[in-house]
Amino acid sequence: MSTELLKLLSRNARYSIAQLADMLGASQADIEKQIKALEKDGVICGYKAVIDWDSIDNPFVSAIIEIKVVPKADLGFEDVAEKIASFDEVESVYLMSGGYDLNVVVKGKTLQDVAQFVARELATIDSVTSTATHFVMRRYKELDICLFEGEKDDRGNILI
Amino acid sequence: MIDYSRVLNSKVCEIKPSGIRKFFDIAATMEDVISLGVGEPDFQTPWVIRKAGIMSLERGKTKYTSNRGLEKLREEISSYVNRKQKVKYNSQNEILVSVGGSEAIDAAIRAIVNAGDEVIIPQPSYVCYEPITMLSGGVPVIIETKAENDFKITPEELSSVITPKTKALILPYPCNPTGAVMERTDLEKIAEVLTGTDIIVISDEIYSELTFTGDGHVSIAEIDGMRERTVLISGFSKAFSMTGWRLGYACGPEEIIAQMTKIHQFAIMCAPTTAQYAAVEALTACDEAVADMKAEYDRRRKLMVAGFNRMGLECREPKGAFYTFPSIKSTGLSSDEFCEKLLESEHVAVVPGTAFGRGGEGFIRASYCYSAEHITEALDRIEIFIKKL
Repeated sequence: MSTELLKLLSRNARYSIAQLADMLGASQADIEKQIKALEKDGVICGYKAVIDWDSIDNPFVSAIIEIKVVPKADLGFEDVAEKIASFDEVESVYLMSGGYDLNVVVKGKTLQDVAQFVARELATIDSVTSTATHFVMRRYKELDICLFEGEKDDRGNILI
Repeated sequence: MIDYSRVLNSKVCEIKPSGIRKFFDIAATMEDVISLGVGEPDFQTPWVIRKAGIMSLERGKTKYTSNRGLEKLREEISSYVNRKQKVKYNSQNEILVSVGGSEAIDAAIRAIVNAGDEVIIPQPSYVCYEPITMLSGGVPVIIETKAENDFKITPEELSSVITPKTKALILPYPCNPTGAVMERTDLEKIAEVLTGTDIIVISDEIYSELTFTGDGHVSIAEIDGMRERTVLISGFSKAFSMTGWRLGYACGPEEIIAQMTKIHQFAIMCAPTTAQYAAVEALTACDEAVADMKAEYDRRRKLMVAGFNRMGLECREPKGAFYTFPSIKSTGLSSDEFCEKLLESEHVAVVPGTAFGRGGEGFIRASYCYSAEHITEALDRIEIFIKKL
């Protein structure tokens, strides 16, 4: 039941309690209770709008940083990953399989801001052995949502 | 000057064009119109199906297939119908691949009906059965199904219209527009009436995958003694979101399918080849995609039923297809008036129940082939409209 609820909320966090209750065949009180519990348990971590910043005067740039790390004997990657995650400039941190260890998305006002942040704050961390910075040039899809104009509903009005 | 009224086939001329054409034309001129009128899925055909179609084109599979359809496809239809409906059909001579379910309905009626034969048609129902019967020289006999019976046909209603001239019964369940389904016990009662007669059932099961009862869809062909007198018709449009591919099929006794195949051979030749290759993929690799779409329809169905009831339009739970059929009797308006005024005042398009024949007055059809957001917006506008009345 809560999986169904989570799927709907992950599609659109602004469904009203009434809509969710109708679609899931539950009472509004029950849905409210479930959402509160999921928030309290940290299953629902937050709600954010998906914004196409390119459609307005884009005030920031972002980059994907590939980081190689020498893991610590007792903490593995935790220590360095958590340290990196604690910077406000960092949007997301993932531990990766393959050619490098941490994938970090960094945002800043300008290219220089991001470059300086990487050079001063990330590259200088003891266990970081290398960084590779890739700037995002254009966004096409964000969190399941296409940021370009989709096809119009061209279903014909024929009586079926 | 040719007097065309003397040139044209009188039976065709007798058929009235759909009254709601005008209505759709008005809707098309409105910019902010929000429609619940469309009778086809909003989902894309699953990518693996489209890819199979593309692959067949790349491999140059662009020739005619056999009249009956690709052998591989008929085999897959046979095992699919057996898997879903527990009825076995021989892929060699008991299955015909058609251009949508529609063509199979046409071929079935033409294969069975002689001039003057009566064809029993429950209404409200999809609009094609009556005109096709008339074109074949048959006489449509309408059963007006009732809301209090959940728009099912009852054995009493059926018995009361059977005459020595009765040739066929159309069984359009799950039903467009009412959302009614006939469950096993309902079908057993119908089978009891038909056993011992020569009446053939043309069972239009195009919405079978979209059945929201615990047991799922049951075909009348599954009921004892009915397989030999049933033509089971279905297709790919609704379940697999493949409306534009135009592909359906009929399963039935060899004797009937053989005659239908002749009609198909001379009128159509064969169903579109690309669509047939794609359909093989649909039947073999898309259970999960179909289940996901069905789950989404189910959520929208509940959203819409709750919304109509909350605003005071009594709406029974539709058990199949993708339409709700709420009563608008509480507004005092006729179905046509309701739909015209709603379109004019709030720019929402729904279809009057009267478009689906007798028994549709006092109801509207609202499709839930739309996103939850779209449905909510339409329901909000309908509620505003009702409050203003």
